[in-house]
Order: sequence, then structure tokens, then C-alpha cells
Amino acid sequence: MRGIAKRFGATLALKGVDLKVAPGEILALVGENGAGKSTLMKVLSGAHAPDEGELFLDGEAYEPGNPLHARQSGVAMIYQELSLAPHLSAMENILLGIEPAQFGLVDWKEMKRLASEAMKTVGLDGVRPETPARALSIAQQQLLEIARAVALDSRVLVLDEPTSSLTSKDIEALFKLVRSLSERGISIVYISHFLEEVSELSHRFSVLRDGESVGEGITSETTEEEIIALMVGRDVDDLYPRSNRASSDVVLEVENLAGLSKPKSASFQLRRGEILGIAGLVGAGRTELLDAIFGLEPIASGEVTIESYSGVAGPKLRWEQGLGMVSEDRKTQGLAVGLSIADNLTLPQLDGLGPGRLVLPSRQDAASQTWIEQIPIKCESPRQQVNALSGGNQQKIAIARLLHADVDILLLDEPTRGIDVGSKAQIYRLIDSLARGDDESGTPPKAILLVSSYLPELLGICDRIAVMSRGILSDARPVDEWDEHTLMSAAIGQE
Amino acid sequence: MSPPPIRSFFQSSVALNIGARFLALIIVFAFFAIFVEDGKFYTLRNLENIVRQSSVYATAALGMTFVIITAGIDLSVGSIIALAVVVVAWTLNIQIDGANGELVYLVHQYPFATPILACALAIGASTLVGLLNGALIVRLRIVPFIVTLGSMGIIRGLAKGIANERDIYPPEETWIGGLMDPTLTNKAKSGMIFPAGVWILILCIAVASFILKYTRLGRHVYAIGSNEETARLCGVPVGRTKLIVYALTGFFCALAGFMQFSYIGGVGQPTTGVMYELFVIAAVIIGGASFSGGEGSILGTIVGALIITILYMGGQQMGWPKWVQEMVIGGIIILAVAVDRLRHRKLA
Repeated sequence: MRGIAKRFGATLALKGVDLKVAPGEILALVGENGAGKSTLMKVLSGAHAPDEGELFLDGEAYEPGNPLHARQSGVAMIYQELSLAPHLSAMENILLGIEPAQFGLVDWKEMKRLASEAMKTVGLDGVRPETPARALSIAQQQLLEIARAVALDSRVLVLDEPTSSLTSKDIEALFKLVRSLSERGISIVYISHFLEEVSELSHRFSVLRDGESVGEGITSETTEEEIIALMVGRDVDDLYPRSNRASSDVVLEVENLAGLSKPKSASFQLRRGEILGIAGLVGAGRTELLDAIFGLEPIASGEVTIESYSGVAGPKLRWEQGLGMVSEDRKTQGLAVGLSIADNLTLPQLDGLGPGRLVLPSRQDAASQTWIEQIPIKCESPRQQVNALSGGNQQKIAIARLLHADVDILLLDEPTRGIDVGSKAQIYRLIDSLARGDDESGTPPKAILLVSSYLPELLGICDRIAVMSRGILSDARPVDEWDEHTLMSAAIGQE
Repeated sequence: MSPPPIRSFFQSSVALNIGARFLALIIVFAFFAIFVEDGKFYTLRNLENIVRQSSVYATAALGMTFVIITAGIDLSVGSIIALAVVVVAWTLNIQIDGANGELVYLVHQYPFATPILACALAIGASTLVGLLNGALIVRLRIVPFIVTLGSMGIIRGLAKGIANERDIYPPEETWIGGLMDPTLTNKAKSGMIFPAGVWILILCIAVASFILKYTRLGRHVYAIGSNEETARLCGVPVGRTKLIVYALTGFFCALAGFMQFSYIGGVGQPTTGVMYELFVIAAVIIGGASFSGGEGSILGTIVGALIITILYMGGQQMGWPKWVQEMVIGGIIILAVAVDRLRHRKLA
């Protein structure tokens, strides 16, 4: 891949990336969340067409028009979310689309033979080819997908964070398989956050940062610290306001909290007037932690105490207790984007917007107008559809909703994801002012829990930071005891 | 390494599924056999009636099984049946200039070829509207529910238009009208065991089961319903498969239409088959298919069609008022799916 660039709207996701992988080589592709790894791999596997640059496969120009074409050219991609047909048998999944057949009749004998061969290659020979895919474990399903690539005679295999949901025993088996595939001459691109996996498995590595290749090398000649330095090396600009905040009483206390799978263990205290940051990698269990606190996910053990209450609670009770959440995915969970600003903004707190239990549109608009001016949100009217606004303004509505409901504790999950720098700065100022409170209008300081994958932002605006790694939350430490290197090391589980 | 143990057919989940449905069929049948007076329910004649009536639903439900396995739906089947009925009657009613210049019926002039022509036209028309359903779903990417909700009205209107909003009475009895004639009370036909239409259904069951199980087309139908994106990624011709599936539904509805034509006495009635889409969909769902796709079987569908028919006819013979019958059938549909969901949850 040479000079690959890809633009999405106003954002340049890839700014000229080069990537080479030789036959039989295991290349590790590393980088922070949002560095462009996934976009690059989507270009390789035909899901996105590059705006600039060229791809070559075995020295010949390669322009995959779609994922199907890429697969047929020998480039197979195994995503984190597996793509199997759950109702079909293992063998049918392996040979889907290339079933051995004569005159349209499936040759079941031949199918079983071919599938068994591929399953043996990937170490699935303990599974009957007739087993439906949904009856297999996650690890087995993953192997099944690799078997599919093997059956297709793929020459390049891309694995995107393959170990994120595997046990250590399964990881061991997967590594063995990846090595044996590379010995057969298959090129492997291995995407991972976990540097110990990178150093154990890969021959070479390539680092992406902010859509650019910032370094590559032979894994055995490079230390993990050097790779981390390449991943994070950038300046923190003065985007981040930090006024004089005074933290006071504890408003939220979480003790040994564990969910059904994640988080495994989390404890912290959140005080009024402070911003507590939670760092960690995608999939470490941060969102699950917020969901468990807010009553969206069941709690397996541990306690969440707000004021003096520590029993079970659903979202409705949490709202009443003065807790509000801005979820990570604005479009699908956070906002009803087809509805108006006023509808979205007033949704959690419709009381008082009309006589009795009625809701009057005019009162909704008036209530929204206050926040539109105060924050401010750039829009035409409170009746405008949320769809029509920029990402930054949508995010402000999500936060304004919490203010309308007059919460004391704000849980913010990736509040600046996918918005431009100018809007980010406004959101930071807003968060800062909320934590400070306002004596003039008598607004008390609020308590803010901020989950983010963007380290400069955590270091820039938080008072204390805790790190989540594989479901376990570290102790919260004051922000000046952290830097990007220590945060990243803690996130990938190397302290 | 020793080969993995081969579980017998009766231990497999498919067999268990079908077995549970047969059990439900037997329970429903036993209920009416016990409670309908004087053992009238299990007389041979009544059994034959059940088979005759269920054949219409079952034949149309064959196509619907394919559609629902792909996670689609076809609401237009009742209308397509009516279209086939009307086209048959209309063709039998064609008049041409005779040798002496006067008008004669085509069927009188060519008593052998005209019924065949009638069937060919009905099959052609039904398959074509099915194909159009599929084309709208695939090309315009409109969801099947909406497309077939619309075509349900369009096709019904078409049938009424062809029939001039009246019942068409063909001038001559033909073998089409005799497809569903009872064989028990008719000495001349008693050698056939079942009416001819039922034999057609049995043949279709065999063919449809074979397609689903042993052809690439059939396996692609399951793959699309199970995970359409994956199927596309793996090079399954998703659009073409869906086109074929909806066209196939049209084809089976034409056959169901011939049976219906005979069952209602050889009349081209454009208002026939109203609400049949509900019975047909219910048969498929009770037969174990899932609206979210990937699951379903022909044998299950047939059992489902029998259950629906037995409930319907048993209710009549118990003297239940029509409103009770309707409520019972509605309730059974929800119950069947609810039991299925519970079972699924246990498996998961």
C-alpha cells in the first residue's frame, strides 16, 4: 500500500500511509484508538475506496471494488465482530458462496471433505462439520472464520484485535495457528493494542498515529517503550481550560463493582466539583462500567452509592437521584436524531412542561431556548431536527439534556468523539464551567466522570485519572502524577 | 483419532423440532376427536376434508417458507391465489369465432388444450407478479412488508378487473375443476386414494424439501436469512436468490389457486382467498420458522398448515361461533411463537 489517503467529510482519516507485508510475514499494525488502523484495513479489504494512493498485490495493481472482490483476490479480513451465518453448519459457513456443486446440487460429501481439511488446518478437528455455527464458542467461531479464509486460499489475512474476547488458553492456540499459517506463506496483518502480543508474535511492526505512518521496524530489535513513544508522541496544546475548582463532599461512591463480564473490579469516589477521568483502551470495560452505574447493565457484585442509597437501580431512579449520562454513541444511543432539539433536550424531564401530565410544545421550546442560548448551541430553532446539526452541536444537546434534568453527577462517555477541534474546545470549557459551578447564579459545582480514549484530553481537563485495563480499574491518582506514557503503559497492562 | 460420534437423526435438534410439532398436531386433533359429537371428527370423510382444505394453505405456504427463511414476508399470497383462480376461469370463458361465424367457447372447440392453456396463463401471471414483488424488494430496496402490502392490493384489484368484478362461471366442467373432488364418495376416483390436487401437493413438498436441502439455491436461502451481510461478503448472489424466492412463491400460489378453484366449485371468484396470507404465514410460523430468518422447514410448515386447518374445521364442527374460532386461531399463533421463544432462550 503506498500513499493511501482517505477523507470522510471534513476529517482526513488517513494522510498518506505506506504499508508493506512480505509473503509469510507477520506484520503488527499498532496505534492508538482513532489512529486510522481500521480505516486502513477497510481500504485494504475493499470496504472503502482510497481517495489517493495505490495498492499492489504480488506486484500487480490491486483495486478491490468491494469486500467480495478483495476476498476473491486473496485478501481476507477477520473483524472483531465475527461474520458467520449462525444457523448454518460449520462446513457450510466455511464454503459459503463457493459450495462444491454440480448442476446446482450441493455435493455434501465433497463439502465435508473440503471443510474438514480447512478445519484441520486451523485446529478445529474436534468439531463436527455439521455443528451449527451458533453452537460454537467465540474462539471456535473465530477459528471457523480463519478456516474460511484458508479454504479460499487467501494470501493475505488481516486479524483485527483477535484476542480481545479470548481466554489466555485460546490466545495461545491462536498464536500457534497464526505462526503455522505464516509458515505456509500466508501474509498476516495483525492489529493489536497489546504490545506484549506484538512482541511475542510479529516479525515486523508499523505504527500509525493520526492517520500517518510514524515508524516501522523489526520487532525483535525494538523495545516496547520505543513503540509506545511512537504511538503517543505529540504535543498537548492549550486547548484545555482549567479554572480553580474546589472539590467537596463525595456524591458517588463505587465499591468493588463487577458486571456480568466487565468490569471485573472497579472502586472510586467522585466528589462534587471535580472531574475524574477514566482512561483505557476500547473494550477494556469503561462503557460497561458507566452502564452498570447508570443501571443499564446488571451488577454482579459490588455497590454503587449515591447519597445514602446503595440498592439496585434502573435508569429512571438514577435520573431521579441526580445522575445523568451521555453515552458513547451519539447517533444510536445518545440522541433520537430524527426528532427535534426540544424533544431530545427535554426527554428525561418532562414534568413541569405543562399542566398536570401534559407536555406543551411551547414550554418545551422555551425550556430548550434557555439552554440553546446559555451553552450556546448553534441552531435555527428548538424545533430543528437534531440530524441537521454538526456533531459538536449534537453533543452539546446531549449534555444540555443533563442540565435540563438538573443533575448533580454527569457521566460522560467519549464526549468529544468524532467532532472537530473547535467544538472540542467549547465542550471542554463547558465541562470546566460545570465542575466549577457559578456563585453569581447560585449554581452549585457538579461532579463529572469522564471516559475518554484521547489521552491529551484526559490529562488536560481532569483532576484525577484512573485507568481501566482488561476490566480492572486502577486507583485514581492526581493528574500531575500521570503522563501519556504512564497512562498508555497502564492501559495495556504494563505497570 | 477416532471419528466423532454420529448422533442419530432422532437426537438431532431438527428432528426434535419437527417431533414437537407433530405432538402439537396430535394434541389438537385428539381434542376435537374427543369433543366433537359422535366421533364425527375422525370419520374418513372428515379426514379427507381436512386434507383437501389444508392443501390450499399448505401449497401456498411452501413458497412462504422460502420467503420467511430469507427473513422476508409476502402478504400478497391471498391475492395471487385469487388472480390464478380468475385467470383460469377467464381462459375457460374465452369465446372465438366458430366455423359458421357464430361465437363459440374456446373450451368447446379445443377441450384438451384450453385447460392446459388456462393453467399455463395462471402460472405465468402468478409467477410474474411474484417476480415483480422480488424485483421491487431487491432493486428499489423497499422492505418486503411494504412491497407486498402494496402488491396485495394491486393484485387483488387486477383479479377483480379481469373478472369485471363478477364471478366467472365457465361453460364447461374441466379437470381443473375436479382437482380437489373427493375420492371417497366417488367410485370412479376411489383408486386414487387422494384427490389429484393433494398428489400435486405431495409432489411439491418433495421438490421444495429437495431444493432447500440439496441445492445451492436452498442453502443460500438459509445463508441470506441467517446473515445477509456475510452471505454477500462470501459471494452469494443475494439479489438473484431473493428474486427466485418471490417468483417461486407466485408459482406455488398458482398451484394453490387451481386447488382453490376446484374447492369453491369451479367458479372464477375474484374475492376468494381473502385473509389467506394470515393462515399461510401462521402455518409457516407454527411450523417453526423464525421471522428473523435462517430457520424453517417444509415438513414443519405442512404440520403447521394441518394444525391451522384442524383448528378451523374443528371449531366449525364444535359449533363455535365464527368470532370464537377467529380468536382461538389468533391465540394459537401467539402461543406457538411464545413457546418457541422460551425454548430458544433455554438453548442459549
